[in-house]
Amino acid sequence: MQAFRHLNGLVAPLDRSNVDTDAIIPKQFLKSIKRTGFGPNLFDEWRYRDHGELGMDCSKRPLNPDFVLNQPRYQGVQILLARDNFGCGSSREHAPWAILDFGIRVVIAPSFADIFANNCCKNGILPVVLSSAEVSRLFVEVDATPGYCLDVDLEKQRVTTPGGDVFTFAIDDFRKKCLLEGLDEISLTMQFVAEIKDFEARRMLAEPWLFSG
Amino acid sequence: MHAKTLYDKLWKRHVVRCDDDGTCLLYIDRQLVHEVTSPQAFEGLRLTGRRPWRSAANVAVPDHNVPTTDRSGGIAEPLSRLQVETLDANCAEFGINEFVMNDVRQGIVHIIGPEQGLTLPGMTIVCGDSHTSTHGALGTLAFGIGTSEVEHVLATQCLIQKKARNMLVSVDGQAGRGVTAKDIMLAIIGEIGTAGGTGYVIEYGGDAIQALSVEGRMTVCNMSIEAGAKAGMIAVDDKTIAYVKGRPFAPKGDLWAQAEADWRTLHSDPGAHYDRIVHLDAAAIQPQVTWGTSPEMVTTIDGRVPDPADEPDPVKREGMKAALEYMGLAANTPIVEIYPDTVFLGSCTNARIEDLRAAAAIVKGHKLAGNIKRALVVPGSGLVKKQAEEEGLDTIFKACGFEWREAGCSMCLGMNEDRLSPKERCASTSNRNFEGRQGQGGRTHLVSPAMAAAAAITGHFIDVRTLEV
Ligand code: SF4
Repeated sequence: MQAFRHLNGLVAPLDRSNVDTDAIIPKQFLKSIKRTGFGPNLFDEWRYRDHGELGMDCSKRPLNPDFVLNQPRYQGVQILLARDNFGCGSSREHAPWAILDFGIRVVIAPSFADIFANNCCKNGILPVVLSSAEVSRLFVEVDATPGYCLDVDLEKQRVTTPGGDVFTFAIDDFRKKCLLEGLDEISLTMQFVAEIKDFEARRMLAEPWLFSG
Repeated sequence: MHAKTLYDKLWKRHVVRCDDDGTCLLYIDRQLVHEVTSPQAFEGLRLTGRRPWRSAANVAVPDHNVPTTDRSGGIAEPLSRLQVETLDANCAEFGINEFVMNDVRQGIVHIIGPEQGLTLPGMTIVCGDSHTSTHGALGTLAFGIGTSEVEHVLATQCLIQKKARNMLVSVDGQAGRGVTAKDIMLAIIGEIGTAGGTGYVIEYGGDAIQALSVEGRMTVCNMSIEAGAKAGMIAVDDKTIAYVKGRPFAPKGDLWAQAEADWRTLHSDPGAHYDRIVHLDAAAIQPQVTWGTSPEMVTTIDGRVPDPADEPDPVKREGMKAALEYMGLAANTPIVEIYPDTVFLGSCTNARIEDLRAAAAIVKGHKLAGNIKRALVVPGSGLVKKQAEEEGLDTIFKACGFEWREAGCSMCLGMNEDRLSPKERCASTSNRNFEGRQGQGGRTHLVSPAMAAAAAITGHFIDVRTLEV
């Protein structure tokens, strides 16, 4: 996994709550058996005027000029600002894959759906939870300031505005460590092979029916 | 001894090790695999040269992409075919048991787990699918995971987890006639909201939950994710034990006796601590219909589409406006004056035999209303379909004008060819009414099977309790 430490990047506002993973990457793109290439189809149904299918050349499709990520001022976005319960719905990891492939490394919202936030952390995307009031303030500032960038520092757990205001955010220690170091969780777990085997042996005695199939 | 909740008990018996900060390695007893969220996980194993830790703990089935019309010629759509063939090839390569598309036991992953006895009380169960919470109805800790975690479980049989908070949703008293598990769950979501369960594992209790069949309990637990919860679960009781007994993969003989004794301890102890408790009065729950694009946008059959002007919170107000525009509905429209064009009876929420029986009882002897252009019954598994045919339910549905299909996810998300067209309005027994969920531009109203059946024959939403059955 790509490590995440620090980013100073352009912010785009997606002013909606309950943005679900079906909206982030519609189901027709889930037919891909790869992990990459989902970026052009991020928010497909909002971004384009036509119906997208896997394998279409997106550069030739009609864009919806009203959709925020299509506006010239937000080209090159690296930080997405959103409302409550971002990433609700299906567990598809294609959603963070699409976000990453599009170039976004941080999503800031007042709350995230659990599975989505978890999937982000496994792909080097940082979900930042700020209070509703802080997020609302950022929406106002982004809207008022073309080229608005935020500075996100994972080590210090801080988001700094261009005006120098600092918002701190909480993150689970383990997630933070994995993101900072870009750790592969499977390798981490593999350090405990002996403990897993011992555990299995004990459960085989206590609940033998689990191992009889 | 310290009083424990069901979640405490299930958690404790699966912890392999824990760090001081509470990050634990949790052992996973069963992983269910389907074609959409697994190809990249198997690819990961290949790239790293890893093998499954315990192949027998995994079971696979193709469900999301499979056609529900005649399958004898295989899958026509090339991308769907590739995904299903990739699952077949991966299962063969890694030694994983798979119920292939033309096996009568094939079906929606969350329907066949319990049906086959692959879901057993006391287990931890995961699947690369958010509705894995369904299995909690049998006293399991079951939750959806992403593809990286699918690979993690394949490789290590474990997941890195922190314990969630624990909520009790107690539905007290008895639900009235014609009020189903689906109505209870939609009412719960309406009460706590789609983010109300975020960070929690929910245990459902109370008389109205105990009174549900195991299948009804699955409907409730299934939609835990729509309440934002990590998992949903219900204590083991006589009904659970009776449900599991004799299933193909359930323990037999002495092992059964040993298992049953153990499973009977899987309930919360009196006085156990929950981080949050929510009470609902079952008698006050009415049949439910969603009007918007999030499951919390729900009201009762005698209600009206709400007016955004009455919503004080500006973010919510804008959300309501956008939802009404997408749904093509005017504020204050009575729910009974909403006219669907399509009826979908299916999905892991409501495609078990009891669901089909409940719908068939309503449509029996009636025809589809003139405005219903299409009505599908998609059984949850090949075995549900077979059972329904033995009971003659297929004849009842077909006589009414329904199409009788093969098992799969179908129009719940439209990854196969069963989709809504733009602006098409659907009375659906599935679990998500998100924009585009059932097809781009499609409009979904979530209801119970009985309410969907009632809409099919009358042409509009109607209180099923007012129909003569
Ligand atoms: S029926 Fe619908 S919700 Fe259930 S697993 Fe299939 S697509 Fe997901």
